[in-house]
Amino acid sequence: MDDFLEIAGKKIKNRLFIGTGKFSSYKVMQEALEAASCQVATVALRRVDSDSKTENILDFIPKNCQIMINTSGARTAEEAVRIARLAKAVGAGNWIKIEVIRDNKYLLPDNLETLKTVEILAKNDFVVFPYMSPDLSIARKMVDVGASAVMPLGSPIGSNRGIKTLELVEIMINEIKIPVIVDAGLGSPSQACECMELGCAAVLVNTAIAVSSDPASMAEAFSKAVAAGRLAYLSGIPQSGKIASASSPLTGFLREK
Amino acid sequence: MFWHKGFLFGETMIITVNGKCEKVENVLNLAQLISSKGLCVNDLVVEHNKKIVPKHKLQEVPLCENDTIEIVSFVGGG
Repeated sequence: MDDFLEIAGKKIKNRLFIGTGKFSSYKVMQEALEAASCQVATVALRRVDSDSKTENILDFIPKNCQIMINTSGARTAEEAVRIARLAKAVGAGNWIKIEVIRDNKYLLPDNLETLKTVEILAKNDFVVFPYMSPDLSIARKMVDVGASAVMPLGSPIGSNRGIKTLELVEIMINEIKIPVIVDAGLGSPSQACECMELGCAAVLVNTAIAVSSDPASMAEAFSKAVAAGRLAYLSGIPQSGKIASASSPLTGFLREK
Repeated sequence: MFWHKGFLFGETMIITVNGKCEKVENVLNLAQLISSKGLCVNDLVVEHNKKIVPKHKLQEVPLCENDTIEIVSFVGGG
């Protein structure tokens, strides 16, 4: 089936986006990205520590993989814009995941600062993906100011709790015209599959893959679950009901005379 | 201490690099600062007094006393 997610002229076949944090090494991360045939991977920007020289993460990300830079660490729109501009100057493209967080306990995004950031960056030639709490009104404003997709959270980052925001995310899927990508909190392939069956355009997974005992196999498992969920969604999932509906014919029973 | 290409060579100065005060000596421009730290220019981006400096211009930006430098690069992140 010819099914692509198209964003900013790029056709994406694999709807599993992978975050690159928490892997035990860049090599392990690379194996996971390859095992999943990952096409979109996120990275973060940090101060260089010249005392502990490390390798360049970009050397470990497959060349056909679109880099999405996140603005993690930003607490305000101003800080997020600064990070985005720095990231662009490194030369890894203009796809930016806007992550503006003030809350250290739940790492929940600040939707208003995120909206301000989207407005500024979308006007300045960035392809912008806001990480947000699922709120239809704000999502509509994100669309108005130029977001390329919205990324509502499933549950708090790294919590592995799955899509606790299901009904709000479903409303967003039904009501807004840009892709809805669930990001954060997905702890197992079945949870990722659930998002795709719901009609999400993609999901972003990091912790569940990175901290598993075999990240490459887990990445592959997530990739298959995402593909299965997408296929099911496209095939039209039937409605559920509270009473039985026989699968076998209700005629021709042997007991009949 | 001597003059070379308009700079007082051999002079030390205090600058702030990634939030820490540092005393540097014989470092004339941003490119030299990067290489003095054993870093590769291709992997990173430099902000000089809050202004991003393109890689090809690092050699042209002289270091001055009290300059604030940020040197950043990509790391793993979700």
